[in-house]
Amino acid sequence: MPEIQVNGQPLNVKAGISVLAALQNQGIWTTRTSVSGEPRGALCGMGVCFECRLQVDGKIQKACQLMVQQGMKVVLDAR
Amino acid sequence: MNWDVVVVGAGIVGAACAHRLAHAGMNVLVLDEKGIGEGATAAGMGHIVVMDDNEPEFSLTHHSQMLWDTLDLPGDAERVHAGTLWVASDEEEMEGATRKQSGYLQRDLKAELVSAKALQQLEPHLRGGLEGGLLIPNDSVVYPPRVAAFLLEQSGVEVRKVAVSEILDQGVCLTSGEKIPAQHVVLATGVKSVQLIPELPIRPRKGHLAITDRMPGLLKHQLVELSYLKSAHGSDLDSVAFNVQPRSTGQVLIGSSRQFEAPDGKVDFQILGRMLKRATAFMPALHDVLVTRVWTGFRAATPDSLPLIGPHPARKGLVLATGHEGLGITTSLGTAELVCSHITGNPCALDPRPYLPTREVAHA
Ligand SMILES: Cc1cc2nc3c(=O)[nH]c(=O)nc-3n(C[C@H](O)[C@H](O)[C@H](O)COP(=O)(O)OP(=O)(O)OC[C@H]3O[C@@H](n4cnc5c(N)ncnc54)[C@H](O)[C@@H]3O)c2cc1C
Ligand code: FES
Repeated sequence: MPEIQVNGQPLNVKAGISVLAALQNQGIWTTRTSVSGEPRGALCGMGVCFECRLQVDGKIQKACQLMVQQGMKVVLDAR
Repeated sequence: MNWDVVVVGAGIVGAACAHRLAHAGMNVLVLDEKGIGEGATAAGMGHIVVMDDNEPEFSLTHHSQMLWDTLDLPGDAERVHAGTLWVASDEEEMEGATRKQSGYLQRDLKAELVSAKALQQLEPHLRGGLEGGLLIPNDSVVYPPRVAAFLLEQSGVEVRKVAVSEILDQGVCLTSGEKIPAQHVVLATGVKSVQLIPELPIRPRKGHLAITDRMPGLLKHQLVELSYLKSAHGSDLDSVAFNVQPRSTGQVLIGSSRQFEAPDGKVDFQILGRMLKRATAFMPALHDVLVTRVWTGFRAATPDSLPLIGPHPARKGLVLATGHEGLGITTSLGTAELVCSHITGNPCALDPRPYLPTREVAHA
């Protein structure tokens, strides 16, 4: 069971799943905030809509396309 | 009802014309098959830029920019007076910048030469080793489709979502078969103008754009490489140039490509790749930024790169307002002044002759 950090909180997640799935398993559906301050989350789940983007290890990436790895640092609502 | 004017096309040019004509007291109807601010207007960069390649281009862009600065735009039109920073890679381009500066200064416009060191201070994310640049502080950026909608809202004109199938003498025919009579028809259908008036010398010139995720502070000015001027005009070859724009959202709009003879509007990954490589070569930090959307649009290009504005020589009541290629957002407001003057007969601050559809076109 890899451990990742979500906004600084440790979280044990299943191996071999996406960051998006790990978050959704926790009931977290909002990955970022739009320019006008509205909540945004995954839409397509397959890497084409870019709505699920969030910061992982300092870089903005697509949560649905990224597999969880031991020690990953996930920041929700990075900007 | 017999309308004074029917404007075909609700892109930025049609919207600006409708706005100006309504202001002059005309009874105006606007028709667009897709809605407001579609076509090239939805695809464009929204850089309001004074260009000085030749006198008519300068007059139209400069006069238009003055009109832009008088518009009281709403916040969601995203206007920012970012200024244009023309970037010189080598000494030859720096000489070009110096020549360009004197052109602007002679015409009483602000233009500041920027040394290599000052360039680094103004835009720290540009790569090192550049020669310098030229800053045109009054250029701005806007979000064009919102401006088109705003101009139509302001003018209170009626807009109908219908397709025009034929231009008649003093009127139009819709695909539904309905005929709408009008004293004057303004054709503002951009690249599609040739579908209604086949003899117009307009060719589609495809462009690609990409927009990034929010990267506040990455750049402050619209940055354009000086050799853009070489690549943008004249040549029939496909070209890409470094042209990046800071949006008020913190996103970066990355341009730009130019292609004649593109088979369709699909994203061409070879051209897109060349364009993004060019952008990262000038601004390495863009390597780490996520591009969230890419799209294409078609510019309506004429042989001499000037728009066609004025009465059609053979068709009764028809005034053309098309062929604005890569400057139609900027020049929409000046175009509207010219169209209004042709229709009302009132004088215009601009000399209409260089843009008349009947002008002698020196093929570039
Ligand atoms: C990639 C790219 C970047 C650009 N960047 C800039 C820039 O930074 N600055 C700048 O000044 N310009 C820029 N331009 C150019 C600018 O976008 C165009 O010159 C301008 O939008 C043209 O506006 P328009 O109203 O003439 O045409 P369009 O915006 O194409 O509008 C034409 C309208 O007519 C409608 N129409 C067509 N046929 C019919 C019909 N038969 N019946 C009813 N409706 C019809 C269409 O639906 C459309 O809405 C750029 C263009 C591209 C492609
Ligand atoms: S949900 Fe669409 S890209 Fe991730």
